[in-house]
Parts: sequence; structure tokens; C-alpha cells
Amino acid sequence: MKTMIGVALAATLLVTGMAKAQQGEIKVGEINSYSALPAFTDPYRKGMDLALKQINDAGGIKGKKLVIISKDDGGKPGDALTAANELVSRDGVVMIAGGFLSNVGLALADFAKQKKVPYIAAEPLTDAIVWSKGNDYTFRLRTSNYMQAAMLAEEAAKLPAKKWATIAPNYEFGQSFVAVFKELLTKKRPDVEFVAEQWPPLGKIDAGPVLQAIDAAKPDAILNATFAGDLVKLVREGNTRGVFKDRAVVSYLTGEPEYLDPLKTETPEGWIVSGYPWYGINTPEHKAFLDAYQQLNKDYPRLGSIVGYSTVMSIAAVLKATDDHNPDGIVKAMKGLKVDTPFGPIVYRAADHQSTLGAYIGKTSVKDGKGVMVDYVFRAGADYLPSEADAAKLRPKD
Amino acid sequence: MEFLLVQALSGLASAASLFLVASGLSIIFGVMRIVNFAHGAFYMLGAYVAFTLTDRFAGPLGFWGGILVACLVVAAVGALMEMLLLRRIYHAPELFQLLATFGVTLMVEDIVVLIWGAEDLMGPRAPGFTGAVTVFGRLVPSYDFLLIALGPIVLGLLWLLFHGTRWGVLVRAATQDRDMVASLGVNQKWLFTSVFALGVFLAALGGALQIPRTTVSHAMDLSIIVEVFVVVVIGGLGSVTGAFVAAILVSELNAFGILVLPKISMVMVFLVMAVVLVVRPWGLFGKPEGTPRAAAGLSIRPWRPMSALERMGVAVAILVAASLPVFAGNYALSVGTEILVFVLFAASLHFLMTVGGLASFGHAAYFGLGAYGAAFMVKFLGAPMELALLVGPLLGLAGAVLFGWFCVRLSGVYFAMLTLAFAQIAWSVAFQWVEVTGGDNGMLGIWPSKWASSPQGFFWLTLAIVVIGVGVLRMLVFSPFGYGLRAARDSTLRSEAIGIDRKSTQWAAFIVAGTFAGIAGALFAFLKGSVFPENLAIPTSVDGLVMVLLGGIETVSGAVIGAIVYKALAIWLMSKTELSKLVLGGVIVVLVVAFPKGIVGFLEDLRHRRRRPPAPDGAGPEAAGYVAKVEAAE
Repeated sequence: MKTMIGVALAATLLVTGMAKAQQGEIKVGEINSYSALPAFTDPYRKGMDLALKQINDAGGIKGKKLVIISKDDGGKPGDALTAANELVSRDGVVMIAGGFLSNVGLALADFAKQKKVPYIAAEPLTDAIVWSKGNDYTFRLRTSNYMQAAMLAEEAAKLPAKKWATIAPNYEFGQSFVAVFKELLTKKRPDVEFVAEQWPPLGKIDAGPVLQAIDAAKPDAILNATFAGDLVKLVREGNTRGVFKDRAVVSYLTGEPEYLDPLKTETPEGWIVSGYPWYGINTPEHKAFLDAYQQLNKDYPRLGSIVGYSTVMSIAAVLKATDDHNPDGIVKAMKGLKVDTPFGPIVYRAADHQSTLGAYIGKTSVKDGKGVMVDYVFRAGADYLPSEADAAKLRPKD
Repeated sequence: MEFLLVQALSGLASAASLFLVASGLSIIFGVMRIVNFAHGAFYMLGAYVAFTLTDRFAGPLGFWGGILVACLVVAAVGALMEMLLLRRIYHAPELFQLLATFGVTLMVEDIVVLIWGAEDLMGPRAPGFTGAVTVFGRLVPSYDFLLIALGPIVLGLLWLLFHGTRWGVLVRAATQDRDMVASLGVNQKWLFTSVFALGVFLAALGGALQIPRTTVSHAMDLSIIVEVFVVVVIGGLGSVTGAFVAAILVSELNAFGILVLPKISMVMVFLVMAVVLVVRPWGLFGKPEGTPRAAAGLSIRPWRPMSALERMGVAVAILVAASLPVFAGNYALSVGTEILVFVLFAASLHFLMTVGGLASFGHAAYFGLGAYGAAFMVKFLGAPMELALLVGPLLGLAGAVLFGWFCVRLSGVYFAMLTLAFAQIAWSVAFQWVEVTGGDNGMLGIWPSKWASSPQGFFWLTLAIVVIGVGVLRMLVFSPFGYGLRAARDSTLRSEAIGIDRKSTQWAAFIVAGTFAGIAGALFAFLKGSVFPENLAIPTSVDGLVMVLLGGIETVSGAVIGAIVYKALAIWLMSKTELSKLVLGGVIVVLVVAFPKGIVGFLEDLRHRRRRPPAPDGAGPEAAGYVAKVEAAE
């Protein structure tokens, strides 16, 4: 009764909001966890806005204005799919991009495959999105779990440490990262053994008991993959308890300003981390990006800004590369697409759709009461990926 | 051995943090019978305000003074909320206050980001407690010892307060029998406000004391609220000592559990709660609840089947909905389908809550099990959609048979919390059993058969199933089984005297509700093309509760309207604004105050008033009031 009237009402409400596509515009949809993860998505959006401004100031896509419609997914795959559906069916976007959480990224990737919509996964780190669950329509920008694990394992192998312990959040991101790191490190160093592991739930680490359990196994080195609030708890407890003293620590993502900055004076010394030392990258590409970013925002960029900026640059590049803006045309142009990013040129590999975006590996230190990365080097993404032929074998045959 | 002692110390420190927050909740719960969902929000506010103050005023005085002031400020905010919001809805059906506090929680999550920004904030360490103490050759943070000491101190102070002051005596009396306290002439308004303020003060203290250990972020409330509830229930409602013991039990089991099973943290508290509630149905220190004086779903107007005119109206509405695909676009249709799915889900929960009088906090379990059931059929057996839709919900049914058997042995909030525990256990299985369920990455590629793959086709399919489902549930309400269920709800004694077995009747209702939730879940899997553990997580259960309460808990089919309003609003806001939580929370709060009986309850009141102005035949509210009094006398 009222049921159906309500449905009809709700539906008309939604339909009336329908926007008519304007001539001279190209619309692209973008989805991210704006309300659930603002600490990452705010800088990410600022990066996107900068790129969008630069592109449209320079004449857009062959004279057409690039328009990006952003939607919030609330951190839930189900809501991300609703948003994707709205973007594709109602707003008529030519492709979609975005995503932070791996499960959201995978849901969007499967949507892309089903609805035949090109999708650039901006941030999700899971290897599955390009390999075991890869599909024709999905491409991934961010330096993946596997690549960063390979970069960190390379550094870890140089350490004398033989007994390792691992702490990672208990979900796919943590599980797959630890698994790859173990595999790659053991390959380089057959003499290492993993003596303890802890899997605290994401956002709910009980740091004292967790560290105590790690300490009891007396490892030479610790691998950490916790981040955000969990990382701060871990570092504070560990510093006080002396668990990190005289131990090497390899810590995933910790050098990203998003996660390093909150640590302030408590930043541990000498952890080997992957991250983004925005204050010390002297390449011309990055300088140009940094200046433009700080001019627009009065704030310094985070890694999310790089991801947002590079996502939009990738979108612009592919739309410029082909005049066929149908799904198959875009997918074809994405394969092997070259894009200039603040981290230098990248290529979306044709075989597995993974970009060759690299990452900075360095050590943590404290400077003027702030956590910083020192002794960092840039690792090109292409050097840490399996060959295209090998990677293609990891993908499902469709 | 020494290591184990140090591990026990760490566990105690965690227990202290948990206890501080739990004690406040337990007091509020005990006296006011309010499921204060906003308790986590006050915990978070305590941390944020304390961060601002301790950041501004350095030094020991600044730090400890800042923490104290922060707690007082937040307690004042809590008291204000009680006076402005909760006071208006005490007369509403039980659990309705849950909806109000849920709305507030949503708002606070966005408000703290607006005020304090998105980045995680790290507060200072506690002056005098920055270092560590060596215990058996291992370093233990001195702040841990402070927390360990604080637990018993707060417990002692509360004991003194409750046993040494007149106020405390009143609070204890109200915990035991608040109607009696009211009838003895105690000013309940003042008592409730002060109890609420004290509870919020303790929550804020728990939050403020976390700033030397962690960062302050807008997700803090979620990280603690459920655990705190669990601790309160394990301890026994309203028992502060119980909360203390339960906090220690849970924390110690976790501290040692992770030594054996490093992945156990995720589900530990729920396992403990399930075991405790199965063995001791009222928690460790709780007492059986007195016979409730007003049954949860006691209707002033007896329910009746629809009149011929109303049936016509329904038929027309269904026809209108069925013609939607002719003029609506694909997006509108998929949103419509999603709303329909939740209509069925909410209707199934509504059946359990309203007709059965059993409020479930874990109904998403059966929704999710149905979704996973369908996904398993597709992925492992290669079944087509039709078969998966038939067989998938059986997993929801199986779950309801198993969990329901344990749950119906309890009643009231304990029942609700046991359903939550089982739902969380099911969730953690879906989350952890990566080989089968794909873990948090879920299962992908669950798309409908060709004929139903267009948004139109799937909309029609869903509409048909949902109309039948809601129709069957409605028919059950007016079947002998439904009458028996209502009898068991309204008076266990009387119904058992006439031969209705409460447990088996309620168990059957639980299974019915679980099965229909499973059907909704299976549909949802095909709508989204994927299943994720979030399908059976707490937020989905809460959504269901909100829909039922919003529709009206004393109505026959209010959940249908509640689901449409809530889901349409949520999707629309999500698409329009990033502050969707703030707006949605605000709307819920307004609706709660405007329609304390739910939307449909309000509409029925309106219609009733218009039709029969002063109840001429004596069957009006007076007579119902008489019935209520008779029940109360039992």
C-alpha cells in the first residue's frame, strides 16, 4: 500500500534530479570513502582538484571540459556499488575511478566487469584486483602490496636479522602483505625464520598484550603493517616498553605523512618504511606539483594527494589518447598508457593493468619535533613487478 | 611464568579502560533502561575535548585539570541531551530511545570532524607517567599502573556513592524497580538527568584517559561501543561490580588468547558473552528481571486484518510499483530494488520484534547467511540464480534454528545481546574463513540469470518476492500461530496456562524471521553481484532496527514504511552530501521527537482520532488502560 507509493515517490525524487549531459563536457565518476576516512580522502580530493584545474585551464580534453562527479561510499562495498550505479546509469559517465579500501575496490572492479565500464582503482592495495581477480575493465594506479613488499623485503634481506615477528591488521590487506613479504624475504634469505605473529583487529589493537607477545618470542626484527590509530598505539606502547630497542623494524606505509605526522616526537628512529618524503623530493616533476599544490591549498601534500592527482592525470591522459570514448575504446587506450605523475612517468602495463608507479623507501627519524623520512631512495615500480608474461599468468582466463 | 604475569598486567590495564566506560553505561542502563547507543560518542567527545584542553594548557595541572574539565563539559552536554531529547520520549515504546541515541551518534561522528578536522590527533603523555617500571625484567608503562589502580578506585567511589548517599539509595532503588520509586514520590526527572550525567562523565573519563595512549579520531566511538555493551551484559545489567569483573575477564582472556590464537581478538568478547549468557542468562552478577509491567508491543488498538478498501489500496500501490520500470531509469530501479530488499528484511525483523516481542540486535546474521548461502550455491555448485534464491535462504534458516534455540531461552535485553553475539560470531567466521568466504574481500560475480539481469527484470522479480514475503508475514500475524505468539509476548503465565509453550512458539517465530531475512539477503547478493562480511555486520543489524522503530513498533506493518523512508533517505543523502551522517542523524532525531510511536503509529493515531472521536463504545483507550492495569497487577 503505502509501501509502493513510497517506492514510487522515492524513485521520482531520484529521477527528477537527473542531470542532462551538456555538450562540450566529458563526465567521469569518482567514488571514495569521504565520510569514513576523511584523513586520507581530504588530501586526495585536493590532489584531484588541482589536477582537474590544471587540465581544464589548459583546454580540457581536446577542447571539452573534464567534469568529475564524486560520490561517497561510506567505506562500504555495497554503498560503493550504489554510487557506481548512479554514476553510470544516471549521470552517464564514461568511466569510473577511485576507491580506498581493498574490498571496495574489488567490488567496483567486479561491477566494472559486469557493466563493462572502465575503472581506475586509485588507492586499493590488494594484489587480487589486478591478478587473481583481475579483469579487462579494471586498472590500478597505486604501488601495490606486492610491489611495496618486494621493496621492503629487499631492504630487510640486507639486515643481519634472522628471527622475524610480524604484526598486521587482521584483514586481507595485512594478511596478503605479510604473506608476500615472507615469501620474498625467504627467497632472498633462506636462513630467516618467522617466530611470532600477531593479528589485531583493524582499529582495535590492544597494543600492550600484542607487543608483550611479540617480545616474548625474542625476534631480531619486526615487520609491522598496522597504520593510523593502531600504529600510534603500537609505537607509544612499544617505545615505553622498549620492545623496539635494539631491534630492526620494517614498517609498511609508515613513512606516508598521513600516518607519520600524528606520531610527532614519538616517531621511532631508524624504522625502514615506505612512504612519501614530500619535503625532500627534488625532481622537477615533483617540484612543479608541490608548488602548485601549496599555492592552491596552503597545506602540504600527503600521499593521498599524489594518488588523487595522478588518478585524474591518468583519466585525462586516456581520454586524450583516444577519441573513442566508448568502454572498449578507453580500455584499449589504457593498455600501455603513459602518464606523467609527480613521481615521474608511469605506464599502465598491458598484460596485468598495473601501473608502474614507484615508492620511496627510507628510514624514520625525528626533526624539529616532527616525524620525517631520511636516507630515502625512489624505487621504480617496474623493477619490483613480475614480468608482464608472468603477471598475465596470474590473471583469470575469461 | 614471569612473562605470564606481565601479560596479566597488560590485560588489567586494558580492563581498566574498558571498565570506566562500561560502568557509566551500566548505571544508565540499570536505572533508565535505555540502550544508550551514544555512549561511545561521549567517550569520543571526552577524548577530543581533553585533547584540546591538554594541548592548550601544558604541565601536570593543565593535563589532569584538562581531563577533569573535559569530563565535566561532556557530562553537561550529556545532561543537556537527556533534558532536551530523551525526556520527550520516555513514554515511547521501549528501545525507541535507542533510535534517538543512534541519531545523536551519527551526528557526533560528523561534528567532531567539522570541529577538530579529519586528521588523527595525538595528545600529550601524562605528566609523571611517561616512563616504564621494570617488572620481572620487563618494562611495563607506568601509565598502565595508574589505569590499573584507577579501576578499583572508581569502583570504590561508585560503591560509596550508591551506598552512602540518599541519591545512591534512590538510584539503586530505581535500578531494582523504577515504577515503585516513582510511585513513592521521587522526582524521576531529576534522578534520570543526574544518572545520565554521571554515566556520561564516566564515559568521557574513559575517553580522556586514552589520549596518552592513542590518537583521537572520529572512529573512536565505534571501536569501543559494542565491546562496552558486551561487558555490561556479561556483568549483568545495572551491576557495576559485574561490569568490573566482566572487563577483567574479557581483557585477560584476550591477553592470553592471542598467545595461542593470534587472530582471536576479533571475536573474543562475543564468544565470552555467548558462553556466559547460555550458562547464566542474566549475566554474571545480574538478577532475573522483574515481570515487565507493560509488554513491549502492547497495542492500545487491537490489530485487525486490512479492510476491503485497504486491500484495494495495497493492490493499487503494488500495481503502481510494478509499472515503475516503464518510466523510471535504471538507477532509480536499482535503488527501488534495494529499498524493496530492505522492506523484506525490516518486515522480518518487525515480525520478531513486534509480534514476538523479541528485539534482535543481530538480525543481519540471517540476512548475511542468506546472501552467503546464495553465493555458495553460485560459486561452489555453479547453480543458476533461481536455484540459489531458493536454497540460499536455507542457510539463514539453519542459522536461525541453531542460534534461535539458545536465544529464546532468554528475554529482553539479554535476548537482544545474545543475538548480537551470535551475529558477531557468524560475521567473524565470514571474515576469517578466507578459503571459503573470501574473507573481507568477499565473494564476487554473483549476478542474476539472463532473464532477470536487466534492472527492470530484477526489479520485478524482487517486487514479486517481497510482496509475497510481506504478505505471508502479515498472514502469519493473524493466524493461530500469530495469536499464540502475541499471547506469549503479552503474558507468559497466561499463555502457558492455556497450553502455549513460550519457547517453542518463539523459536518458531525466530526461524520464520530468520528465513525471510535470508530471502532478503539472497536477493541482495544478486542485486549487488557480491557478498561481503558487512552484510552480516552490526551496522546492517542496526539499520534493520532503525527501520522497524522508525515505522512504529506497535503497528502490524510499520517496518515497510520505516524501511522505505530510511533507506531512500540514506541513499539519497549519501549521494548528495558527505555529511550524510550528520543530516541523517538529525532527521532521525527530529522524527523520533515528532513521531514517538513511529511514522505508521503516528498515522494510525491520526486516523483513529478522526474516525471515532470520543470512543463511544467504551472500547477506546480507557478500556485498554484497564487491560494494562490488570496486566500490571499480575
